[in-house]
Amino acid sequence: MDFILHLINGISLGSIYAIIALGYTMVYGIAKMLNFAHGDVIMVGGYISFVVTANLGLPPAVAIVAAVAVCTALGVIIEKLAYKPLRAAPSLAVLITAIGVSYFLQNAALLIWSSNPKSYSSMFSFEPLRLFNNRLSITSVTIVTVVTGIVVMAALTLIISKTKMGKAMRAVSEDKDAAQLMGIGVNKTISITFAIGSGLAAIAGVLLASAYPIIMPTMGSMPGIKAFTAAVFGGIGSVPGAMLGGILLGVIEIIGRAYISSELSDAIVFSVLIIVLLVKPTGLLGKKINEKV
Amino acid sequence: MMKGIKKIKKSTRSNIITYGIVVLFFIIVQFLVMTGRMSSSLRGQLVPIAAYIVMAVSLNLTVGILGELSLGHAGFMSVGAFSGVIVASTLQDQITNAPLRLAVSMLIGGILAAIVGVIVGVPALRLRGDYLAIVTLAFGEIIKNIVNVIYVGFDSNGLQMGLNSAKSIQLEDGGKMVLNGPMGAVGINRISTVTAGFVLIIITLIIVLNLMHSRSGRAIMAVRDNRIAAESVGISVTKYKLMAFVISAALAGFAGALYALNFSTVVAKKFDFNTSILVLVFVVLGGIGNIRGSIIAAAVLTVLPELLRQFNDYRMLIYAIILILIMIATNNEKIKNFINKIGFMLDLKTKNNVNKGGTAK
Repeated sequence: MDFILHLINGISLGSIYAIIALGYTMVYGIAKMLNFAHGDVIMVGGYISFVVTANLGLPPAVAIVAAVAVCTALGVIIEKLAYKPLRAAPSLAVLITAIGVSYFLQNAALLIWSSNPKSYSSMFSFEPLRLFNNRLSITSVTIVTVVTGIVVMAALTLIISKTKMGKAMRAVSEDKDAAQLMGIGVNKTISITFAIGSGLAAIAGVLLASAYPIIMPTMGSMPGIKAFTAAVFGGIGSVPGAMLGGILLGVIEIIGRAYISSELSDAIVFSVLIIVLLVKPTGLLGKKINEKV
Repeated sequence: MMKGIKKIKKSTRSNIITYGIVVLFFIIVQFLVMTGRMSSSLRGQLVPIAAYIVMAVSLNLTVGILGELSLGHAGFMSVGAFSGVIVASTLQDQITNAPLRLAVSMLIGGILAAIVGVIVGVPALRLRGDYLAIVTLAFGEIIKNIVNVIYVGFDSNGLQMGLNSAKSIQLEDGGKMVLNGPMGAVGINRISTVTAGFVLIIITLIIVLNLMHSRSGRAIMAVRDNRIAAESVGISVTKYKLMAFVISAALAGFAGALYALNFSTVVAKKFDFNTSILVLVFVVLGGIGNIRGSIIAAAVLTVLPELLRQFNDYRMLIYAIILILIMIATNNEKIKNFINKIGFMLDLKTKNNVNKGGTAK
């Protein structure tokens, strides 16, 4: 029974990682950049929902919508101001800019909300689900997280495979110049990708803060790194890969923490990543890149 | 022929300028310290600056010369730091001469970091681009995690090591804990000096600059510029990649030992992903592949938050904005052209970067 509980918790944590990883992988697929500021957008989402519920006293639903709206706008603004001028620059320059943006967000949050951790009251406070005569009790946050994860993944898969926008995104990630020649607005597509990624980060922020009820300006960095790992694990640039990678990573982390060592759970996660990459150098579902001579 | 001679002369001249800058800087710093014109907070930064300069130069070897992105360089610094601390506290009674003890600690720290460099490098260097970057990141985090559960103490029976809790080792009376898991190394005898830092920087420069202009260095750069072409003319890609990576790790180990022995306590968390990124920022801002740039960037950017102290809470925010603006100003085509038209000085600088800068992926 314990094992099932750990597994469910793992899937729940994994769903959060997957939602964050989707943002990473979509941005990577389209803009070919590692957006290290993505983790800090999660933090902004957490704080906005906190302010709306705790300071303004509005209901959780409003808080979630506000968090998503603010983060979506933030993502688009960051892209316009910091990344767009560097479209043609070497990827390392863009990487450092992303790190600059990450420092900026963290320190702005530090100024606005101070470095003291704040306790966050869960957005989802209904009764836990009890199964097998109370032997298995699943918290409300876990249920909401898993359901949200499934909904987000399904919706994103539909958007990318069925809509015109999704087609444009796939085209831009395949070949930017050719897409432009076909009449696709590359800049608009990139903006929309950032908007979706940042909106997802806001959702992840709310879920993360509800599951681990403490928020502080650096709360996004570790989940950000883990989600980046998850994206690479599944094959960076691949949307199903990010989902698979996220969930596997969450499960490995929780199971490792429960059965092997709680201090070494991160080491276990990263070791599995290294082993997988040694066997499949472009991740689980990544495309094999053929080199031209 | 003439062209060849000119070129060699140019690189030697450039090296002399680099050494000159470091020596001049050291003399100025010594002068300021002796005449008491340096604030105590800045004086406390001197050894860390030296350590970060060595870190930046060594990372530039991986990123600029070898052309592979490493996001876990602080992991090697950590290995050097903690093994250096353990060696220094163990040898406290055997080697009473502090500078000699520091040298031995740094040497062993560097050797251990090099060994870890081999362990990390063999699997990691098989991968390319961002996948290699994430594996180095992963190794950095693993090293941090492992240091966090190691407990080391020593008494008359010698060193004792345990895992998971301090109870795992029984020390005799008079024994001393050296490494305390997540609490880190405590009660370190602070034997690092600015002079030691200066010597380490010079040694690092001798190693890296000579490597760059040697046969091996040219092979490494050939691998960077075109792996397949290099392989086809008989250069062993794995050998040279590993060589650059391991030398880089060893130098980071030296820097780690120097850094740790400057403080009375050091925790594993100090050498995390953020530190790796900080050093990467030095390398990129200084110019990828440009050793002199790394030195200047490491020194300036370590002092910058100190200089911005008057802005109090806003200093890190300003630091972030400066970072973003510099990256945009030096990489955006339009702005670059604009600056080139106006500023002759900046024109010269960007030209230099183009000449020396590698093409890291």
